[in-house]
Amino acid sequence: MTALVVVLSLIAVLALVVILGDLVVKGASSIDWAFFTKSPVPAGQAGGGVANAIVGTAIVVGMAALIGVPIGVGGGMYLAEYGSGRLGFLVRFIADVLNGTPSIVVGVVAWTFIVKPTHRFSALAGSIALAIPMIPMLARTTEEMVRLVPNSLREAALALGYARWRTSIKVVARTALGGIVTGCLVGIARVAGETAPLLFTALGNLNFTLSVTQPMQTLSLQIYVYATGPFDEWHRLAWASALVLMGLVLVISLTARWITRQRYGRVR
Amino acid sequence: MVASANTRLRLETVRLTALFGQQRAVRDVSLLFPAHTVTAIIGPSGCGKSTLLRCLNRMHELTPDATVVGEVLLDNVNVYARDVNPIELRRRIGMVFQRPTPFPTMSIYDNVAAGLRVNGKRPRRQMDEDVERALRQAALWDEVKDRLRTSALALSGGQQQRLCIARAVAPQPEILLLDEPTASLDPAGTQRIEELCHLLKRVYTIVIVTHNMQQAARVSDYTAFMYLGNLVEVGRTNELFTKPKVEQTEAYITGRFG
Repeated sequence: MTALVVVLSLIAVLALVVILGDLVVKGASSIDWAFFTKSPVPAGQAGGGVANAIVGTAIVVGMAALIGVPIGVGGGMYLAEYGSGRLGFLVRFIADVLNGTPSIVVGVVAWTFIVKPTHRFSALAGSIALAIPMIPMLARTTEEMVRLVPNSLREAALALGYARWRTSIKVVARTALGGIVTGCLVGIARVAGETAPLLFTALGNLNFTLSVTQPMQTLSLQIYVYATGPFDEWHRLAWASALVLMGLVLVISLTARWITRQRYGRVR
Repeated sequence: MVASANTRLRLETVRLTALFGQQRAVRDVSLLFPAHTVTAIIGPSGCGKSTLLRCLNRMHELTPDATVVGEVLLDNVNVYARDVNPIELRRRIGMVFQRPTPFPTMSIYDNVAAGLRVNGKRPRRQMDEDVERALRQAALWDEVKDRLRTSALALSGGQQQRLCIARAVAPQPEILLLDEPTASLDPAGTQRIEELCHLLKRVYTIVIVTHNMQQAARVSDYTAFMYLGNLVEVGRTNELFTKPKVEQTEAYITGRFG
C-alpha cells in the first residue's frame, strides 16, 4: 500500500519535473536581453522579444487584482463573520458555482457584456474577465483563513467594548492577514496563466502599448498564438515565453509560501 | 491605589434566567455583588456559573439563540434596558477568560492600549501613562517594561494572563469579571493571579468563576454555590465553607460530589 502511494506520488512529481525540464531545455536558449526588452518583429524574421507581453501581463493581471482582491476578500470576510444566514448560504453557493465555471465561458460572457457594447477589445475588459474567476476563489480562501481565527479572540475584543465591525477589522482580519495575503497571491498566480478569458477580451497585440482601452498582449495569449503558428522562430519564442510565465507563477507562489511561513512561524 | 469614591456602586442580578434556545442554563438567580469585594461563583462543570458571569456584561447574548429573562442591575440601572448600549456597557465591565487571549498581531503595549483606543484618540503621553498604570496593576510592569514593543506571544502563559488583566483594567472599568482565570496556569502563575485579586478589589468589584474551591476560599469575600443552573447558597466565604446551611453545599465542598 505504502509502495503504491509512493509510486503515485512520484508520478505526480515526475509530471512537474518533465514539464519544467522540457521548458528549460527548449526555452532557456532563446532567453536573452532582447527577449525581455524588445517587441516582436514581423513574422519570419529572426530576433525580437516579448517585452509587450510581459508588461501586458503585469498590467492586465494587476488591474484584475485591483478589481478582484477587494471584492473577493470583502466577500470572504462577510461569509466568515456574518454569513451564517440565508444570504450567506446563497453567496457561498454562487461562489462555488462560479468557481466551477469553465474559463472560456467567462471569456464569452465578458465579451458579451463589455466588448460588444463598447465596440472594442481592451486590456480593461481582459482584467474584468480575469477578476471574475478570482473573486469566488479569494472569497472562499479568505473565509477559510478567517474561520481559523479562534473565537476566543473575537470574544476578548467584544468584551473590551469593541463593536462587531471593529472586531472583524482590528482583530480578526489582522490575525488572518498572512493567510489572506497568501490566498490572494495564489489566486493571482492562477489567473496569470489563464488564456481563455482573454481570447475575446484583451485579444492580444503585436505592438507595445500601455493604453488599457486598447487590445493588449499577455504571455498566455502570446504562447497561444506563437505555439499554433507556422514559424520555427515563433515556436522558439513560445517555449521561452512559457518558461518566463512559469517562472513568474513560481515566484508568486514562493512569495506566498514565504509570507505564510513568516506569519505562522512566529505564531506558535 | 485608593478605593474610589463610588462605594455605593452595586451590581446585582434579579430573578435572572439565561437560556440557550429552550434550555435554561441559569434559573431564576438573584445575587448581589457588593462593591470592592471579591465574589466567587463555584459549582461543578455545567452548573451555569460561566453563563451567569457572561450575562453580567451581556456577552451571553452573542451566542446564537441565547436569551436572558430577568434583570442585571448596575447602579440600579437594568443593563438589559432598551436604551443601554451593550458595547458601551462592556467598556464599564472588564473581563478575563479561561485561556489567555492576547491579540497575536499586537505588541504588549498595543494589547494593553487596545481597550483604550476604542474610546477615541488620546495624547501619546497619556496613553503611555495609562498603559504603565494598567501593567503595574496587573503586576507585570517590571517584567515587560523593557520590551513593550515586542510580540505578546513571547510571554509565558501566566504573563499572558496578567497581560489580559492589564488589558481589561486599562480602560478603568468598574467591575472585573474573571472566568476561571487560572484554569490553564501552573501553581506559581495561579498564586500571582490570586494575589492580584486582593490588590485589585480595592479599585474594582470582582466576580470570579472557579471550580477550584480552595481558590474560592483563598481569594473571595463572598461565595455563591450553583448547581444545575440554580443558586443553592450564597454567603460570606468563611461561613459558607465552615458551616454551610444547605446540605448540597456541604456535600460539594467536602468533595462528596462534583
